[in-house]
Amino acid sequence: MRRALHVRFTDLVKNKFLYLLVLPGLIYFLLFSYLPMAGIVIAFKEYRMDLGIFGSPFNGLNNFKFLTVDTLSVLRVVFNTLFLNVLFIGIGTALAVITAVLINEIRLVWFKKISQSLVILPNFISWVIVAVFAYNFLNTDFGIVNNWLKNLGLEGVSWYNQAGYWPAILVLLYSWKSVGFNSIIYLAAITGIDQEQYESAALDGANKFRQIWHITIPGISKTIIILLLLAIGRIFYGDFGMIYGLVGDNSLLFSTTDVIDTYVFRALRTLNDVGMSSAIGLLQSVIGFLFVYTANAVVRKYDKDAALF
Amino acid sequence: MKTKSASDKIISAFAYIYMILFVIVAIIPFMTIISTSITDEQYIRANGFDIFPHEVTWAAYKYVLGRGSTILDAYQVTTFVTVVGTLFSMLITTMMAFALSRKEWKMAVPISFLVYFTMLFNGGLVPWYIITTKYLGLHDSLLALIIPYTINAFNLLVLRSFISGIDNSIFEAAKIDGANEFQLLFRIALPLALPGLATICLFYAISYWNDWWLGLMLINERELYPLQLLIRAITSNISYATSSGSNSSIAAASIPEEGVKMATTVLTIGPIILLYPFLQRYFVKGLTIGSVKG
Repeated sequence: MRRALHVRFTDLVKNKFLYLLVLPGLIYFLLFSYLPMAGIVIAFKEYRMDLGIFGSPFNGLNNFKFLTVDTLSVLRVVFNTLFLNVLFIGIGTALAVITAVLINEIRLVWFKKISQSLVILPNFISWVIVAVFAYNFLNTDFGIVNNWLKNLGLEGVSWYNQAGYWPAILVLLYSWKSVGFNSIIYLAAITGIDQEQYESAALDGANKFRQIWHITIPGISKTIIILLLLAIGRIFYGDFGMIYGLVGDNSLLFSTTDVIDTYVFRALRTLNDVGMSSAIGLLQSVIGFLFVYTANAVVRKYDKDAALF
Repeated sequence: MKTKSASDKIISAFAYIYMILFVIVAIIPFMTIISTSITDEQYIRANGFDIFPHEVTWAAYKYVLGRGSTILDAYQVTTFVTVVGTLFSMLITTMMAFALSRKEWKMAVPISFLVYFTMLFNGGLVPWYIITTKYLGLHDSLLALIIPYTINAFNLLVLRSFISGIDNSIFEAAKIDGANEFQLLFRIALPLALPGLATICLFYAISYWNDWWLGLMLINERELYPLQLLIRAITSNISYATSSGSNSSIAAASIPEEGVKMATTVLTIGPIILLYPFLQRYFVKGLTIGSVKG
């Protein structure tokens, strides 16, 4: 690697235009990706505003003490992160595959086009807006869901005080936002399946259901597995925009919704605990890297072209 | 052979019913906020939100767009950030993607790896935050809402693979004719990579328009709030403050509070909804590109 990056002067002159073209981008990655990577040392330092990241004194593993002091809340956010991601990945993938398979069965072209573009629309809305949608449905006094419940003669629910409902609510909103969009990837994979397989299956008397089960699903299984693995690689990262957008600082819901990313954010911005938040951030980055790296290695085994690197 | 079996008809019918239901579920939330934004506040207080409008009034929009409106400030901020940010991102990303796609250039491989690596590993929030605010001084300015998003590594790699798909002999012929790399980029690569450029451009524009994370992290001054952050400020407290019930009817009197929240939301989604029918074929194309290796 070091030898590869060693720039020879003759190459610099010969390809000066190319160097000029990558320079702004390289500066960007240096400042916003590689400098923060070097800044990871603050996880082992007693951070002082006036001395900055690189000038602050080292304090060994002191910043990691929260792991033994606050074990329960750490375990809780780790559990929430993993649990919610498993639900998102499992249910989200299943629904996206089902949607793709069913869109593929639709023959009316105009219906296919219109319905497809409407179901991917939610993907382009920010989580803050989705939070307003959620508020519309879940508000205790005016919310549509409670209106329905009251019309049925049932009691309204204080959704924003009841942590137990939120894993289900989050999965619902996640699916609402992402399934249509993700189904297009699977649909693209279905389009790649050899049509002759269907024709010969039909000649053999296989009905639609058997064709889906024996041709379509196996035909896209590689794509499914690759995307699953890549998602599993990122399982230690919560979607900050989603969780913070929907839950915000509502501590009544933290027991089921607080994930590593929101925990780090709060430790930094609300508690101003730079030491702890950088320590937990470091653990997340390292474990996350190991997961992504492993997932990628597995993906490479299945399909060299689909791997990230 | 042409006649369909019963089970095939069932699956076909099921596909249509499923998609109709999915479409309804996808658009009902949009209908609800639009309806609420034009429904009279008294009616909402008495009957709650609904999917369809009742006792239509434009009071909430008049209030939101009235004088001294914070919405208009936020619109300016977001529009500026989206336009300038997208152009800036496109320029830097395209330049780098083109250079990294040049197969004869030995440095393309190690530099591409540097880009890949940022997708695998990062320093985490804290070092990023300290370096951005303390060392680079990016806070409470419009630049703070643009610079940190200059390049999206995924977009860069998608664009690079798109440009790599252009037949190399075209570049070689132009080189023999004496063209330099800048001319190769602007005269040949850009026109041929237009579909890829359009897709990436849309992705950047949407992400600048929808962003509130940078605002949350780096902006304290109200005048610099982007739209999405303003929505958050307007709705975040209320979403659970009023859910406890008791005192929500007191504040109702003068301001159409619920209507204002929804009208603000409608105005924020507005441009995307209006442009969407024209843009959606690019999204579909872009996704298909994105699903192939970058």
